[in-house]
Amino acid sequence: MSVRVYVPRDSAALSVGAEGVARAIASEASSRRLDITLVRNGSRGMFWLEPLVEVETPSGRVAYGPVTREAVAGLFDAGFLEGKPHALSLGPTEEIPYLKQQERLTFARCGIVDPLSLTDYIAHGGYRGLQRALSMTPEDIVAMVTNSGLRGRGGAGFPTGIKWKTVLGASSDQKYICCNADEGDSGTYADRMIMEGDPFLLIEGMTIAAIAVGATQGYIYCRSEYPHAFRTLQRAIAIAYENGYLGESGYLGANVAGSGKRFDLEVRLGAGAYICGEETSMLESLEGRRGQIRPKPPLPALEGLFGKPTVVNNLITLATVPIILDQGAEYYRDFGMGRSRGTITIQLAGNIKHGGLVEKAFGITLHDAIYGFGGGTASGRPLRAVQVGGPLGAYFPASLLDTPLDYEAFASRKGMLGHGGIVVFDDTVDLAKQARFAMEFCAIESCGKCTPCRVGSTRGVEVIDRIIANDNRTKHLELLDDLCELMTDGSLCALGGLIPLPVMSAIRNFPEDFDKPAPAPPTLIDPQNRETRPWH
Amino acid sequence: MQAWDADRAQARIRELERLPGALLPILHALQEEFGYIHSDALPMVASALNLSHAEVHGVISFYHDFRHAPPGKHVLKICRAESCQSMGCDALVQHVEKRLGVKLGETTPDHSLTVEQVFCLGNCALSPAVMLDGEPYGRVSPNVADFLIDSSRRAQ
Repeated sequence: MSVRVYVPRDSAALSVGAEGVARAIASEASSRRLDITLVRNGSRGMFWLEPLVEVETPSGRVAYGPVTREAVAGLFDAGFLEGKPHALSLGPTEEIPYLKQQERLTFARCGIVDPLSLTDYIAHGGYRGLQRALSMTPEDIVAMVTNSGLRGRGGAGFPTGIKWKTVLGASSDQKYICCNADEGDSGTYADRMIMEGDPFLLIEGMTIAAIAVGATQGYIYCRSEYPHAFRTLQRAIAIAYENGYLGESGYLGANVAGSGKRFDLEVRLGAGAYICGEETSMLESLEGRRGQIRPKPPLPALEGLFGKPTVVNNLITLATVPIILDQGAEYYRDFGMGRSRGTITIQLAGNIKHGGLVEKAFGITLHDAIYGFGGGTASGRPLRAVQVGGPLGAYFPASLLDTPLDYEAFASRKGMLGHGGIVVFDDTVDLAKQARFAMEFCAIESCGKCTPCRVGSTRGVEVIDRIIANDNRTKHLELLDDLCELMTDGSLCALGGLIPLPVMSAIRNFPEDFDKPAPAPPTLIDPQNRETRPWH
Repeated sequence: MQAWDADRAQARIRELERLPGALLPILHALQEEFGYIHSDALPMVASALNLSHAEVHGVISFYHDFRHAPPGKHVLKICRAESCQSMGCDALVQHVEKRLGVKLGETTPDHSLTVEQVFCLGNCALSPAVMLDGEPYGRVSPNVADFLIDSSRRAQ
């Protein structure tokens, strides 16, 4: 009988040699005349163990990792196809503490199934949420999502059900579902993992959203830095069009799962602009324009894509909808703390020993995430700072690691949970440099629509340079404070409005880094960017 | 990638011009075909989509991805975002720039390699990360970068 062997095709696994390992396993098996079925799954999210190879044995899946091409022959010699021990043995995959201690709802299938097998998806509980949704009224679906307490996972944390209700209530000849997969925050990769590891989950979530609000067309806006995710999604969408449950009509198209309802879905590619993760910029970009933000109101829920009522949700938000429909609002709501219900997909990143995806109920502290799961810094040096929530998130010192991962707890400490990325820095970090980078990033990525962000970010870099150069430091720190206040209050969107978070948190939490003797002057913004960005 | 060919460009534009919001898909198709957006493509795209030259130019220049000139035979993108900073990407950038004698955004004189900066490749648990010709690499030390550069230039 053929033995199933799993080698991830997730980008992170590929980045450390999974392709070579897969090829070596295939050729070794063929030269030894052994019958194996190689499955290219998504990643389990334990990236320090990638490439993580799994073998299906009668007693469950057994893991080996990190496997190199060179180790493959030895694994065969040791009898890994029967799950026998080897120096790289990790035991039964599900028993690895990192996985065992998680509460995987959204990521329940990621790394387990063949991402492009609809049969596998359905065998693992896929499309149960849609089946249930098809038996409900749109109002009941929206009420269920509202009652689950699900909030936007892109960072803003807006209640998903309320957004859907607005779109449901709007009357229009055309409505859209747009998935924001422009995952630009450094330290985040959860969207990418779903696109590469469980794409039908996103398709199902978007289909449920469409049925709930009466939309017939969906777009996934995937960033261009994710070419593998883009291709996997394209293939998954094509498969969903062709194949339906029990040979009925397809899961996408004119007659979704035989329901008589239409939903068409297309994936579009971004073009390297961070700002297009902002929902109105994303809509502009989808319409074929510069990704400049639109002032709100009107809300995209009423006048969104091509001026029509549009649901714009983050990928993880949409990918969480199927389990809510399948298991019920209460099941999901029972996880979490305070007003943060359900689970958070934590992404451990940066200088971290055991970097990876950790899905846990809201409420776990930063400390438990970083040390309990992450094992501390990769360098072995003391942790000095963490940035949570991407480039617009605050820098926290070690003394704030008792903060629970909860929207309100972070806000009360002048931080932001964002998309759940945690970037760890050891004691070699210079927070003045990080503050400067935050402003520089804002200058490079500003869409140019509003003055506080467009001009403020460039002036911000200049002021921080003067502070670092010890030029009138006290006066320039005051000036920076004033500038940050203006950017916070006066910017049209979260880029200019939140960039003061990392800047001011660096000054507040690490004042000593702004009080050092002046080093050699750093270079200003790359002149090339000036050229392509005429407003600087 | 092939050399600029107006007929081929026109064909790619025709394939996509009816899509709602067709401009980005068209620009991606042109760049995929030729490696950059040739200046002759601008009036062709504008006329296909009934846009002004300024509108098309504005879109091309807004997005970091679109190039105005052909890149080298290979393209190396180095992540410069926070996660990679925490694992020493600044030193990696310096190493690569010194090794190749070019700055980020430039192409080597023999036209074999273009080096670009990128803000996040979504491989943040394996920082520092780079992407060579669309393929991701993680935990890239200066030695690994040298290996990638050498093997890509050898392959030509």
